Amino acid sequence: MSTIVGREYSTISKIAGPLLFVNAIKGVGYGEVAKITTPDGDERRGQVLEVGENIAVVQVFEGTSGLDVTATSVSFSGETVRLPVSSDMLGRVFDGSGEPIDGGPKIIPEEYLDVHGAPINPYSRDYPRDFIQTGISTVDGMNTLVRGQKLPIFSGSGLPHNTIVAQIARQAKVRGTDEPFTTVFGAMGITADEAQFFKEDFEKQGAFEHVTLFVNLAEDPAIERILTPRIALTAAEFFAHKLGMHVLVILTDMTNYCEALREISAAREEVPGRRGYPGYMYTDLSTIYERAGRTHGSKGSVTQMPILTMPHDDMTHPIPDLTGYITEGQIIVDRGLYRRGLYPPIDVSPSLSRLMKEGIGKERTREDHREVADQLYYAYAEGRGFRDLVAVVGEEALSSRDRMYLRFADTFETKFVSQGLYEDRSIEETLDLGWELLANLPESELKRIDPETIKIYHPRYKGKT
Amino acid sequence: MFKLGKIENVAGPVIVGKDMLGSQMYELVKIGDVGLIGEIIRIEGARATIQVYEETTGIKPGEKIERTGKPLSVDLGPGIIGQTYDGIQRPLPVIKELYGDFIERGINVSALDRKKKWKFIPTQKKNWKVQSGDIIGTVEETSLVKHRILVPPGVVGTILSIVDEGEYTVDDEICIIETTSGKKSAKLAHTWPVRTLRPFKRKIPSDTPLITGQRIIDFLFPIAKGGTAAIPGGFGTGKTVMQHQLAQWADADIIVYVGCGERGNEMAEVLERFPQLKDPRSGESLMARTILIANTSNMPIAAREASVYTGITISEYFRDMGYDVALMADSTSRWAEALREISGRLEEMPGEEGYPAYLASRLAEFYERSGRVDVLGSESKLGSVSVVGAVSPPGSDFSEPVTQNTLRIVKVFWALDKALAERRHFPAISWLTSYSLYFDSLQQWYQKNIAEDWVELRREAMQILQRDEELREIVMLVGPDALSESQRVTLEAARMLKEDFLVQSAVHPIDSYCPLNKSYNMIKIIMRFYRGMLGAIEKGIPLQRVIELPVKDEIARMKIQAPEDFDSFSSEFLQKIDVEFTELTSQIISA
Ligand SMILES: Nc1ncnc2c1ncn2[C@@H]1O[C@H](COP(=O)(O)OP(=O)(O)O)[C@@H](O)[C@H]1O
Ligand SMILES: [Mg+2]
Repeated sequence: MSTIVGREYSTISKIAGPLLFVNAIKGVGYGEVAKITTPDGDERRGQVLEVGENIAVVQVFEGTSGLDVTATSVSFSGETVRLPVSSDMLGRVFDGSGEPIDGGPKIIPEEYLDVHGAPINPYSRDYPRDFIQTGISTVDGMNTLVRGQKLPIFSGSGLPHNTIVAQIARQAKVRGTDEPFTTVFGAMGITADEAQFFKEDFEKQGAFEHVTLFVNLAEDPAIERILTPRIALTAAEFFAHKLGMHVLVILTDMTNYCEALREISAAREEVPGRRGYPGYMYTDLSTIYERAGRTHGSKGSVTQMPILTMPHDDMTHPIPDLTGYITEGQIIVDRGLYRRGLYPPIDVSPSLSRLMKEGIGKERTREDHREVADQLYYAYAEGRGFRDLVAVVGEEALSSRDRMYLRFADTFETKFVSQGLYEDRSIEETLDLGWELLANLPESELKRIDPETIKIYHPRYKGKT
Repeated sequence: MFKLGKIENVAGPVIVGKDMLGSQMYELVKIGDVGLIGEIIRIEGARATIQVYEETTGIKPGEKIERTGKPLSVDLGPGIIGQTYDGIQRPLPVIKELYGDFIERGINVSALDRKKKWKFIPTQKKNWKVQSGDIIGTVEETSLVKHRILVPPGVVGTILSIVDEGEYTVDDEICIIETTSGKKSAKLAHTWPVRTLRPFKRKIPSDTPLITGQRIIDFLFPIAKGGTAAIPGGFGTGKTVMQHQLAQWADADIIVYVGCGERGNEMAEVLERFPQLKDPRSGESLMARTILIANTSNMPIAAREASVYTGITISEYFRDMGYDVALMADSTSRWAEALREISGRLEEMPGEEGYPAYLASRLAEFYERSGRVDVLGSESKLGSVSVVGAVSPPGSDFSEPVTQNTLRIVKVFWALDKALAERRHFPAISWLTSYSLYFDSLQQWYQKNIAEDWVELRREAMQILQRDEELREIVMLVGPDALSESQRVTLEAARMLKEDFLVQSAVHPIDSYCPLNKSYNMIKIIMRFYRGMLGAIEKGIPLQRVIELPVKDEIARMKIQAPEDFDSFSSEFLQKIDVEFTELTSQIISA
């Protein structure tokens, strides 16, 4: 972060939660960076949240513990929060506010970028449509990810979302190109174990030089989490739009980010919105998620995979709810599937990729992709619907058609959803697997598939024409 | 020139200024050295509170505030069609050209191209008497839209002079009118304050449907031209896809699409697709009748609040020319949230869920600007503005204030159902909870223009769908064995209605748009099969045999049959159904 110059004030009148109220200030701008000197002489960083003629409200990223109203002083930089960036950042490890912590050399900046970014002009956006093969059937086959998309993982505590995301990061490729692909990892409030898991997994794969980490651990200051995703995205945007790279940004755990946001809001005594989260959380989250994308003027792209743990596995909780309203779909990790020992326990029904429709099909994946996915969705939903009924009336009461769908749902889960931790399925393998399952249904049931497509891909005819 | 004010406080999008005595509510101001645009939303003595349409980072107390004396207004004139504007009508393509891919602050660009010359053909002559709303002349703006230049509201008199046919810019004076209060000049363009509704003679009840090409809407829950509809649904239930479908296919003359606090890529999608898509009626590019207003979720929220007003004012302007305009707002909830956020910063007394107490009245005022009207002018001309608002209820809970207040106003409710969306039953509009209060007044239109039995078929179809729901509840309680054969027929017919009629793919090139005639024939075919089923079981034929009839599989595929030859296809099809049932009956009876 840039060096700070400016007048020093020791006129703090009030401290509340992560906020300092500084009096008798002059010439301070909204959003400016502040430097706080603690009674012990340590330095902390903050940002101006509100400024009047006489008073500034400063949020302190490292928290206010140990600060007082007499010996603490504050100076203002006249600048917004900026991150020094350079291509040397690739593959390095930083703390949650962008300081290197891997013992390597300091970054010699090529540029200082405002961590808040600027909104992409919607007119400049290039609609994303390059298929990213993750090797996971439930994603590739039914909730396809494309370059420049923001596709979050909705999970619950104790579920294997980290393993899934690590597998995606390991396997992700855009076929038929050798354009540079790099991963930026922004961690907010995760445990040291989790951080270690990602680091080791990335290292093991030899992918480490392609992974840049920004890590705010659980024991690190909570308010810093406001900054961490923005810093990670600023670096990612630099790689994408200045260096022309394709960047996959993994942000975890967005729930911790939102808790930090709530803490600040509470300290400001704002009128709370739903379940105590600030009313502006939608807008705030969108300034993170909307930074994904491609533009006409840039060769690179920013793809986002935020992870969030849903409190009480509740998808209507404001954090997943507002996220789902902003992102281009969501992948749901389901506790029921997990308990039954399935990996990856992805529930396709509530999952969605909004950008799938343009990313699949003839020259992108395969011409039958849409129809296979639609038919699998239909058949799986149909079969699952009968599970409740069976619980009430028993399987015998079902018609033979209904029982057939019931069986379909079971096989779908054990064969299609379930796969190995290191099993990297090509899109053709995924689609063929889909066909294999659909072949257990009578052809007349495959109403979402064109008869012509059936003639080409159905195992009964395949290779026989 | 007004006296300069001074910034006293900055908190996000809200700035308080002092020394502002004399300023007016909703007056536009320029803030600070960069000249951010804002609007006064509260006055207390010499102190004014301003909502700022741009990011306020770096703005300091003490910086100047310049008053403009004018309220937030839009420029109305040739050059609007096909444009993409931000929430306060700044053209995004121009901003891109000047500043690159990212939006900067303090940008001052004109909404209309001031240099471009338009070919103007006058329709008035010297000494003719004119009044507000009369057509002075026309400009062929796009292949689809003839831009009618009107005598501006409030002007009545005699034409002193009018230019000859020729090329003019939007700022050239084209006509001078002598009025009782002096000479008034008219140009190709004029400005209008967005929060003031444009006058008209009177509202007229609508008897014509806005045809959308979406079967569940046109057949079950139609919206009238000039009507209002809300489409609430949790995320991923299909609000945006439906709004895009309406923008693409609705038989309006002008489409105004307001992307209010939603995704950037969704705007990019429209921008990419619409120029390539052809209007089904004229064969021209869809962009030639479309105006986009884009305030994406990461753009400043005060401009989000303004964007719906910008959109509705532009809609009224084209309505005044005698056009049928349809406005889509995706999503009105984001606008309401912008109101809430600003209200919170003003420390107003919060109402339900933190929304300001005036939420309901703001929503009502907005939807009230829709309607079919007799527009101003000497002759009688009809124009309409239909409004379709998406609503994004938190946690998919329709009991929340924005949904509830909206439903109190609008006449059509397309309720999106999460369970349907999860099954990929699209459009996920629930046939059980949705309604249209226009159906009765549109009946005649359908009977006259499509078919006498349209209303009857709709009633029957609705009945089957409702019976289906009741029967399903029984099955869930006691199992399918409890059903009689004729009840099973109802279930089967409902399944066909749902799967083979209501499900409509927005991405399939043929299915995406279904003309009324095709919808009618599809329903007729399904109902014929339904009667066949009833007749067959009466004769003791097992339902299973009926379901296996080959024609049933063909019914499932009729939606992808091209609409052009659907009439002849359908009469053959009806025959085929009769033949197969007759054959089945004779087979079984002879066996
Ligand atoms: N009529 C439709 N045909 C096909 N797919 C649809 C249709 N409506 C919705 N979808 C699917 O549902 C997804 C979400 O729809 P969208 O309109 O973006 O939801 P919302 O705006 O309610 O969040 C789309 O990306 C698409 O995959
Ligand atoms: Mg939407």
